[in-house]
Amino acid sequence: MLKIEDLHVSVEGKEVLHDINLHIREGETHVLMGPNGSGKTSLLRSVMGFSGYEITSGSIIFKGIDITNLPLYERARYGMGLMFQRPPTISGLKLGKLLMATSGGEIGEIGRSASQMKMADFLDRDVNAGFSGGEIKRSEVLQLLIQQPDFVMLDEPESGVDLENIALIGHSIARLVEKDRHIIDRHKSGLIITHTGYILDYLDADAGHMLCDGEIKCHGNPREILKVIQEKGYQECIRCQK
Amino acid sequence: MPEIIDDISAEDRKRLELSGIEFDQQKRSGTFVQRDQHIHHSSSKIEGIEMLPLDIAMNKYGWLKDYYWNLVDREKDEYTRFVADREEKEGLRGFVVIARKGSKNIFPLQSCLFMQKAEVQTVHNIIIAEEGAELHLITGCTSSIGREKGTHYGITEIYVGKDALISTTMIHTWGENIDVYPRSAAKVDENGTFLSNYVSLKPVGTVQMYPVADLTGKNSVARFNSVVLAPKGSYLDLGQRALLNGEGSSAELVSRMITSGGTVIARSHIAGISENTKGHIECKGLILEDGIIHSVPEVEGRLKNTELTHEAAVGKIARDEIEYLMARGLDEEEATATIIRGFLDVRIKGLPDSLQKEIDAAIDAAESGF
Ligand SMILES: Nc1ncnc2c1ncn2[C@@H]1O[C@H](COP(=O)(O)OP(=O)(O)OP(=O)(O)O)[C@@H](O)[C@H]1O
Ligand SMILES: [Mg+2]
Repeated sequence: MLKIEDLHVSVEGKEVLHDINLHIREGETHVLMGPNGSGKTSLLRSVMGFSGYEITSGSIIFKGIDITNLPLYERARYGMGLMFQRPPTISGLKLGKLLMATSGGEIGEIGRSASQMKMADFLDRDVNAGFSGGEIKRSEVLQLLIQQPDFVMLDEPESGVDLENIALIGHSIARLVEKDRHIIDRHKSGLIITHTGYILDYLDADAGHMLCDGEIKCHGNPREILKVIQEKGYQECIRCQK
Repeated sequence: MPEIIDDISAEDRKRLELSGIEFDQQKRSGTFVQRDQHIHHSSSKIEGIEMLPLDIAMNKYGWLKDYYWNLVDREKDEYTRFVADREEKEGLRGFVVIARKGSKNIFPLQSCLFMQKAEVQTVHNIIIAEEGAELHLITGCTSSIGREKGTHYGITEIYVGKDALISTTMIHTWGENIDVYPRSAAKVDENGTFLSNYVSLKPVGTVQMYPVADLTGKNSVARFNSVVLAPKGSYLDLGQRALLNGEGSSAELVSRMITSGGTVIARSHIAGISENTKGHIECKGLILEDGIIHSVPEVEGRLKNTELTHEAAVGKIARDEIEYLMARGLDEEEATATIIRGFLDVRIKGLPDSLQKEIDAAIDAAESGF
């Protein structure tokens, strides 16, 4: 599904990602961990194709096609989706109108997904304006449910979410990446940034990666990586380097 | 039922509809049509609401002379003098609406000011809502397509009685070579509400206006909303002023402006003159292509118990907002248009749905031109 090879990315002239290699197969969901400022969000945004993330070398292959130089919206249309860590507020634009624009007018589906995400009352509000932390996450998941990407990247979906909503968001994300289906019928993939690993209570991740200072220091079993971080801190993870 | 106006091209008819004019009179409580200097139609279907040509109304009601050139000074400037002059030489043009005590129209009245051939059009309107009346009026102003040049002068004097409400919604669909000089003023009595909405999304030559609401009554309210797009070559100098003379009176002046090469000057002035008054100015401008948006908000407090605020922001659409929508699959143009559509979306409190829909439709129709 996604193959990142020897990727180097600079932001404002400074290299923030060094020699990233990552391979996510169809049907797989991986988690990405690492300390604050290590480059996790930058990696997701580079893969999605946002301006300001200059790929100085390396390549991104998505569904067999080199998308390294493809514009952002074409990647989205080709099946990529992103849940923003900090989405912008768009004053005046109603969430419902945004969903209409991105869905091609599937009103019924918008209504169903909105009630599922407990966002029905938000369709008439300006996108992200005054949304609480948890409401922003629910709105992001709702937008992805409408978009239905084949490969979805989620930037800290559980941070700032209360215990009740975390179950809602967790189950919805599991459905987005088809973790609710039998492996044979699973075609969607995901990459999820998490600090806490709570999301792993709702879906089994197939692999985990630890990013540190812009480099992937460790690939492995996500629960094991988390356990080491919890018990011994990021330092240990960097030291072990396997 | 006869057409409200005949002998007009399909294109012009469309432009009138874009300005909020309904040819199906079922959807309007009354209609006034002035083509050039000729009055075609003037009627109201609502009990207690009259819509008459100015000359007929002045003959019928002697008392109207106290309302005529009363809020707008005929010596104010060359434009008011021009209209006064023409009135003496040619007779009166324009309309009068009188909403009697307690009357109400759910469907708006409409006035259609259409410049087809004449170089100059003048109108003088007087709008009166007596105690407790609720009156909604939409004015569609259009010139025939492809006109070389023309000038429109409009005097409007608006009287909002005690506990009454008047909403006026003006949609301009002029041409590139048409210059427009409206001169309007409103007086609002105790507990009265005046809503003034202005929409201009098509090319125009020059528009220059500065309507004033004098909130003389206790707890009276005025709300001005303007939604304006200035294409290259258009010059819009738009003001709005609220004088908070009545105790507890309040005003809100909201402007949304976009330039795609033209000039918009948004002057707003609120004067807090009496006790417990409140006023807010909000000006937001988007620059799509190099042009000018010049916001001039003035708040003038004259005593301790007045609370006046303003916020103004002018700039381009933020890159992260465009990319947010692009990440959902919209291309740059679609993302930009979607954001602009939202930017122009003002929900106007107190306006009936049918009028809000007219404003929304005008904005939707302009969307392809952003
Ligand atoms: N636009 C920018 N301008 C300057 N520096 C930037 C910019 N974007 C990212 N960086 C820097 O790149 C580094 C990586 O940031 P990034 O947001 O990717 O971290 P992260 O791993 O997602 O952190 P967190 O866990 O706090 O979300 C940081 O040092 C950050 O300050
Ligand atoms: Mg981050």
